[in-house]
Amino acid sequence: MNFWRTLACVVLALVLGSSLAANWLAPAGYARQYRDAIGAPPSRTHWLGTDEIGRDRFARVLYGTRISLLLAPAAALLSTLMAALIGGLAGYLGGVWARMAMAVTDLFMSLPWLFLLITARALMPLNVSPLVSVLVTFLLLGLLGWTAAARVLCTTAGSLRTSDFVRQARAAGLPGQRLFWVHVVPNLKPVLYAQFWISIPVFILSEANLGILGLGVAEPMPSWGSLLKELEGLVSVGEEPWKFVPLILLVVVVTSFQFLLSRQEELAA
Amino acid sequence: MRSLRWKIGGHALTLLATVLLGGLFSATLVRLAPGFDVDERELDPHLNAQSVQALRDARHQDRNVLQFYFSYLTRAAHGDLGTSLALGQPVGTLLRDRAPLTLQLLGLGLGLAWLLTLTMALSAAWLRLSVYDTLTTVVSGTFLCLPAAVLALLSVLWNVPGSLAIALIVFPHTYRYARNLLVKAYSRPHIITARAKGLGEARILFWHVVPVVTPQLLAVAGVSVSLAVGAAIPVEALCGLAGIGQLAWQAALARDLPLLVNITILVTLVTLLANSGADVIGHAMRGQEA
Repeated sequence: MNFWRTLACVVLALVLGSSLAANWLAPAGYARQYRDAIGAPPSRTHWLGTDEIGRDRFARVLYGTRISLLLAPAAALLSTLMAALIGGLAGYLGGVWARMAMAVTDLFMSLPWLFLLITARALMPLNVSPLVSVLVTFLLLGLLGWTAAARVLCTTAGSLRTSDFVRQARAAGLPGQRLFWVHVVPNLKPVLYAQFWISIPVFILSEANLGILGLGVAEPMPSWGSLLKELEGLVSVGEEPWKFVPLILLVVVVTSFQFLLSRQEELAA
Repeated sequence: MRSLRWKIGGHALTLLATVLLGGLFSATLVRLAPGFDVDERELDPHLNAQSVQALRDARHQDRNVLQFYFSYLTRAAHGDLGTSLALGQPVGTLLRDRAPLTLQLLGLGLGLAWLLTLTMALSAAWLRLSVYDTLTTVVSGTFLCLPAAVLALLSVLWNVPGSLAIALIVFPHTYRYARNLLVKAYSRPHIITARAKGLGEARILFWHVVPVVTPQLLAVAGVSVSLAVGAAIPVEALCGLAGIGQLAWQAALARDLPLLVNITILVTLVTLLANSGADVIGHAMRGQEA
């Protein structure tokens, strides 16, 4: 593992660790309002100041990071499993199944990702509790984000289906189900890992986009998207630079994932 | 020529089928969405029981998705795309009014994105300096890690045109492919030989590199249209530009379902046309070379 990947791992561990320790680092929670310090600049009591309704920004960043960093991988896991099931199985079965799976992925991929997300999110209930909005947002990412991965897995499983060792196993009388689970799925693992790691930064960025557009996680629950919405009210960059902390954190985390991703791509290749 | 005609015919059929399926998919989502059956006019205390029943009957045929979609297609074939629930205007008029701004934004954004992509990718391939390569990778990687909506917000903050925001959203995606294609093309043995024999850089580029990479770059160009259309939503919404992207965002927030169905079909059509167009031109170019 080279220096940059080690650094990326350390950064991710630090960010995840501090977000998991949010209850200890910011015991007052993300929703408590300090009415005597509305829109306050950074101070000893509020390290990143407070927002326009007096909530501690540092606490919100910690809790928001926890939500984004725990649920984006969960959504990535869901989309990877769906891709494995749909793409892997269709590729293994081949013929009409593979063509049908490809037609469905073509349909999904003909729509720009952000447009698809916004349209689908709009059709879900918008006036829901914060917890439900978190689940709906990330569930939607997981349910819609499988298509590109399914395409790759369909092709990989298709090539495995015609490979010598699978043909030999089939000729030896191995049942189809066992052949799939014992010989095909283990060979799909590197691609599955790569697709999982690719999806995480994509989902983090997508949630941020949805949040800024007002279609993400509902208030008062924080997420990177809702925290970045604060940038909308800025008049100049130098005015309140501490408001950029969530953005810097997001860029650092996504960059760290990109470094780890390059390793996964190498393994998949 | 015959294979090109087949190619165009195949693409046209795929395009038609995908657009129709996309419309059906969108209509199904609309039909299944909570609140589809609700009409707030029923709450009007001035309406009597018969009027309320008449309103319900008017919506009755929409309950069957296929019937709903078929009636929508029939109306659309006669130029009636329905009426926006939130804005109270015909969808056709709304789309016609807003299309020029979005087209201008996309055209300028894509032009700038490709100018940046080709300038940086060509210079990376020509210079072959690891420092420059690292620098361009870091620049494009940074933009890749920024959410599109943040770039739109920053463009408002710095008072730069929305087309630049679109360019900066699209360029990191296209740069990565273009750079790899050009570096690979420049490392081909016949180009190394041409360089060793003292052939000019311009001649090498236009005679030996461009014909090789153009079909693949065209495919990336097709995909970049889809990226730009997606980017137009946050850019128009957050920069206050009254285009189709902003309309899509407003329709989403207001759950304006007739408008969403039409925009979905339009967006599918535009992205598929761009991808199919790029594929057909690439195929024609490869055919000419052969």
